[in-house]
Amino acid sequence: MDSRLLHDLKSLLGSDGVLHRPEELLLYEYDGSVEVARPNCVVFPRTTADVLGIVKLANQYQIPLVGRGAGTGLSGGALSRKGGILTVFSRMNHILEIDVENQRATVQPGVVNADLSAAVAHAGLHFAPDPSSQKACTIGGNVSENSGGPHTLAYGVTTNHVLSMEVILPTGELARIGSSALDAPGYDLMGLFVGSEGTLALITEITVKLTRLPETVKTLLAIFETLDDATETVVEITSRGITPAACEMLDGWTLRAVEAYVHAGFPLDCAAVLLLEVDGVREAVERQAEDVADVCRVHHAREVRVARDARERDLLWKGRKNAFGAVGRLSPTYYVQDGVIPRTKLPATLRHINEVGQKYGFQIGNIFHAGDGNLHPLILFDARDESQLQRVIAASDEIIQFCVDMGGSITGEHGVGMEKDRLMPMLFSEADLNLMRRARDAFNPVGLLNPDKILPASKGCGEIHVRPLPMAGAPVA
Amino acid sequence: MNPTGTTATSRLGDIVGNANVISDPGPLAAYEIDGKIPRAAMRPGTAAEVAEIVKFAASEKLAIVASGARTKLGMGFAPSRYDLALDMTRLDRVSAYDPGDLTLSVEAGVPLHALGQTLAEHRQFLPLAVPFMSQTTMGGLIASGVDSPLRQFYGTARDFLLGMEFVTGEGATAKSGGRVVKNVTGYDIHKLMIGSLGTLGVITRVNFKTFPMPIRSRGFVARFASAERAFDMRNRIARSALTPLTMEIVSPRVAELFESEAASRYEPAPMPSNVISGTEWALTVGYAGNDEVLKRCSADLERMAEEAGATGAVVLADTLRPAFNRKREFIPIALGSSPAATIVKMSVLPMHMTSLLGSAQRATESNGLPWAAMARGLGVIYFALLPVDRTEDTKARSAKVTDAIHAACAGLGGHLTIPWCPTEWKNVLKIWGPPRADFALMQKVKRVFDPQGVLSPGRFVGGI
Repeated sequence: MDSRLLHDLKSLLGSDGVLHRPEELLLYEYDGSVEVARPNCVVFPRTTADVLGIVKLANQYQIPLVGRGAGTGLSGGALSRKGGILTVFSRMNHILEIDVENQRATVQPGVVNADLSAAVAHAGLHFAPDPSSQKACTIGGNVSENSGGPHTLAYGVTTNHVLSMEVILPTGELARIGSSALDAPGYDLMGLFVGSEGTLALITEITVKLTRLPETVKTLLAIFETLDDATETVVEITSRGITPAACEMLDGWTLRAVEAYVHAGFPLDCAAVLLLEVDGVREAVERQAEDVADVCRVHHAREVRVARDARERDLLWKGRKNAFGAVGRLSPTYYVQDGVIPRTKLPATLRHINEVGQKYGFQIGNIFHAGDGNLHPLILFDARDESQLQRVIAASDEIIQFCVDMGGSITGEHGVGMEKDRLMPMLFSEADLNLMRRARDAFNPVGLLNPDKILPASKGCGEIHVRPLPMAGAPVA
Repeated sequence: MNPTGTTATSRLGDIVGNANVISDPGPLAAYEIDGKIPRAAMRPGTAAEVAEIVKFAASEKLAIVASGARTKLGMGFAPSRYDLALDMTRLDRVSAYDPGDLTLSVEAGVPLHALGQTLAEHRQFLPLAVPFMSQTTMGGLIASGVDSPLRQFYGTARDFLLGMEFVTGEGATAKSGGRVVKNVTGYDIHKLMIGSLGTLGVITRVNFKTFPMPIRSRGFVARFASAERAFDMRNRIARSALTPLTMEIVSPRVAELFESEAASRYEPAPMPSNVISGTEWALTVGYAGNDEVLKRCSADLERMAEEAGATGAVVLADTLRPAFNRKREFIPIALGSSPAATIVKMSVLPMHMTSLLGSAQRATESNGLPWAAMARGLGVIYFALLPVDRTEDTKARSAKVTDAIHAACAGLGGHLTIPWCPTEWKNVLKIWGPPRADFALMQKVKRVFDPQGVLSPGRFVGGI
């Protein structure tokens, strides 16, 4: 890379604020997905002024710029697809203000998700979005990806909990959008920027809502002999109008992998379990837990266990939240999908995923947010074998096409990034994509910030061969 | 060529059929906005027709304002130009309703009240208890961005709008989001449309998450000698484990409004007696659940009311609905109660509400204007100035009052808009507040969606 740029970055950030040797960059060429892209250099700003300085240099040298939190993303959102400067926010990790009475917190983007909840727990509050990577992932990353998590079924995703941000546009303008009071007048820029996967601005400060912790929590583990019984249970819980705080499903294969790693006491001989949580005021939780258990039994649950105390509950959740890590012990690589389907289509979709696994000869584990129909099939393979990678992508595309055909979507919480941009035409017409492109270009006019993400290259690209869906309300064949 | 002359009318007739082009002055008057009457109104029946009309308008540089039940066209500035009205009420089909998935897709012209029954058959509902409930269309409630008492628990439309189809200012049909309850595919463009007063696109279809209807619900009202005490109770509830569905604090004069002729137009059933008084502040809460939950909530609320020094408290059971409906319709009731009603909407952090209301009250009373206020527990206050006449002097005093409230609100880090006031006051009252720091970003957004400036020109923040 340009030695003058390196010199300028070092004068701005100090020599401990810049990495550029190939062996240093290795750590930053990947995230939680299977994508790989190496930046030219990695920088670590400490202040908003540092970030402004970095953006100015990127403009001066016309070099791409990508933001990154903890690098736990699952779609390549924080990878430098076109090289350039990777801006890592891990040193901007201060909680700037906690306002207990108004239930607000203002944080720098590098604050770790779980750290914020820990910092406000004494006041009976928490930051509701709880991605499984919450012990590592940052709030800046959550905002960029509009992250979900098991409890978003009842509490909503990141966009429902973020009020205001200080951002720096790739053109170098510093702006504050939204407000800590509700209903900021004007267009809902927060709505556009949250979940824009780092393509519109770098974020330097975030004000979030804090949510009161529930008075009572009950966690249930329902054990099933068949996959269909488990999925039918989810369908009925939804249609009965029961809204658990979380409704997670693990299939038998995944469960055994998890149990070998976490020792949470999961049964080793079943086809699937549902991890269900209900919370709220005492009187409501008792009844809801009974209702949930009742539906499980109607659908032939072999056993419904209720966690007796916080320790048992934590153990069950540890199993759920460490599942990807557990699977990582069994296979050199796995490919995780993030498709969403209407919940009534769960049984058919799980059956389809099994068929795809058999057809392509891959082991597929399923561990996912069943309550909101957000699938996470984990396809195990060996990335060192190029032909396997090609087949995994084909298998995955087949699953995604099925989700879309069911009236669903290609990503529920992991983002499009550099992994699913080519699939966007499955859902969106060229007119839809053009408008999104223009919205991006209004803020990121020359594509300096996080280039080649979310939106496929304009038409004419031979890779795009999928046909767009009919309009969203139209009946799906 | 006169662009709205015969050629134009015949071209528009080709698109929607002559029967759906309104050009007679009589019927056209119904589409008036702030004294401006369009030269024609179109009644498209499909999104494709909407796109054709907008394409034609963009090519001829004709300004369009889309409307549904036309209950909220008084919001914002008067349009700077207004050539064509787009009446969306023929787009009134429910495109899909999947009770098992709790999702709904409807055309923009569907009236909200028409959905109630369909959803109720499956014990579901949309938590949109918005003003003008019996008339408003889905597109109109989204474009105007009105909120509802139920936001206390369910949030606003933003929190459960899953996707949208719309026509841009260039006549392109586009969509964003989808019809599943969790989705991060592409930019959330539909969120930009909420509250944009039709300046970015013509909404043609909206997709929503629906919700299970609460099993049983109750209302609770506690009366207080001062606003401070009422807000003290609000703070106690916020710190408790209770999760009420609605929570509003109302000022003394609200009782009078709720028993007025204007109120009976929206809710004919009488107000339950002994609920709110003409001289006291009141905190009203709605909550739901099974019998044990209701019992627990009522007991907790009674205790908190006592601790906060309430002069009286009452649990409302069957009589909840008329009281609730009035709370929902606070804005239209206030508008119907004065010849120059001016609705000031303020947002601040919840702990600043008492102080802000105090400032607003002092400014209003020192200028001799009657007022009434309803504050939502989450930090949104509707403060209604209710002058008895519409004279120049009253206009000047109203401007003085709203400027003072603006200053108080800004001092507390909040913001203020004036969604409703007499048309001829809009040049004096700062209805969108002071210029915002992010205005340049908003202009960028407008240029993306409506580069020709043909959609609702001039009505929005900063004259966008």
